[in-house]
Amino acid sequence: MRPLIEPILLAVALTNFAVLGTSRMTACVRMLAMQGALLGVLSIAVERPLSVHSIALGAGTVAVKALGLPWFLRWAMREAAVRREVEPVIGYMASLLLGALVVGVSFAVASRLPGMVPGQGGSAPGGLLVPIALATLLSGLLVLITRSKAITQVVGYLMLENGIYLFGLTLVGRISFLVEIGVLLDVFVAVFIMGIVVFHINREFDSISAENLVELREA
Amino acid sequence: MPERATPVLALILTLLLAPLVPGVAARTRAVLTGRRGSPIWQLYADLWKLFRRGIVYARVTTIPFRLVPVVALAAIVAASLLVPLDGRTSVFAFPGDVVAFVYTLALARFVLVLGALDTGSSFEGMGASREVTFAALVEFALFLCFAALSVVTHQLSLSGMAGVTLADRWMTAAPALSLVAAGLFILLLAECSRSPVDDPTTHLELTMIHEVMILDHSGPDLGVILYASAVRLSVLAALLGRIAWPVAKLAPALRLAALVAALVLVGVLVGIVEASMARLKLAKVPLYIAGGAALSAFGLVLLLR
Repeated sequence: MRPLIEPILLAVALTNFAVLGTSRMTACVRMLAMQGALLGVLSIAVERPLSVHSIALGAGTVAVKALGLPWFLRWAMREAAVRREVEPVIGYMASLLLGALVVGVSFAVASRLPGMVPGQGGSAPGGLLVPIALATLLSGLLVLITRSKAITQVVGYLMLENGIYLFGLTLVGRISFLVEIGVLLDVFVAVFIMGIVVFHINREFDSISAENLVELREA
Repeated sequence: MPERATPVLALILTLLLAPLVPGVAARTRAVLTGRRGSPIWQLYADLWKLFRRGIVYARVTTIPFRLVPVVALAAIVAASLLVPLDGRTSVFAFPGDVVAFVYTLALARFVLVLGALDTGSSFEGMGASREVTFAALVEFALFLCFAALSVVTHQLSLSGMAGVTLADRWMTAAPALSLVAAGLFILLLAECSRSPVDDPTTHLELTMIHEVMILDHSGPDLGVILYASAVRLSVLAALLGRIAWPVAKLAPALRLAALVAALVLVGVLVGIVEASMARLKLAKVPLYIAGGAALSAFGLVLLLR
């Protein structure tokens, strides 16, 4: 399984680019689902002796990140009847280039992180795991702050969380199984709440632009 | 076959087979969209037809317009001298010839634009403006690609970059190199005005980019320009082939076979892309090129690590 790790991590980084560069929400969600599936496979691949623990973790990840959450986002999209992110704060071209910059910065930062000795834990495959985790985290942050529609923001949040998950994989075997499952559950609940919020924003304003929420007034 | 002769042989082979590449692309597209399509040697027939015709020059055109075909073809052939077409060495090589390669290709584009502006037609001016806009973006992305190759091989000439060292580095840096190759393919489509950036078969002047610039050329002039764009496509296809699959260590005859295979395969790939996706809106093209740039930049970052 070891030689699989590097291509999978690269594919994760490519899905980041795809989310940053596309205006269609369905494509965004599809890319997110693919990223979730890749993370699931990855969490099985990093563990050298295959254990029940890692297989369960991988299966849980795929179930939540690649099937559950995307299904839920698609539901929210159908309810709110939105297909496209119309006016992002930063254009797609600029966010794609920023995404490339973010990858560069992550590689520069990751090589300087203390305690990330190559060969230790899951960071072994050429030290690619930590920089890609940082890049995913930062790309998620970028999507979260530059898109105006609530659903794309949720996608950004989930990418950010995927980055954290990747980071957690460096410690696989040391973090207990229950903690990981707890995190998955947390995220699931958070997105569930966000979905409901999206639904209500949509019903209140007939659109899901989060920019409608800047004004505070009494009902 | 003597080792010294293969670069020249490869160059002759490329120049002879160049019109085949657009033909293969068109045929692939036709087959995939359920039509029979024209034979793959269609461009040879077109060229033969055009070369027997007379030339008509518009009264408003001046000398730059007449120079276009000659300079464009000369520039593109000069650029192809720098490419290791046979997979190991080029006819000419010197440190930094990448820059010469990119800018001799740009020279060909520049005279095409000059000729288009010389006619004073508003359509041609529009096409020229689009062509230059996209070319400026492609240039930057192309240099990112070459920077990555130069980092991985520690060479500054094209024949060094796509030569013997690259074959060894594919063993250790395969993921990054495949990113660079994918980026180069995206840029090749943009550089050669193929779908999804431009549609070579469109008949509507408003949507054309490259085709609209050569509307006023006729007869042998048009033939030479069509041939020059076919050579540009073939040379880039051969370069992409050598980067995606370095064959420097094989016997000379096998390397020439690999050259033909690269030309045909890239033709088929271009045809598949043309059959499977519509051309992009003009406003989306920069994003497409930025995608190619992002892939190469990512490859570069991986190699610099």
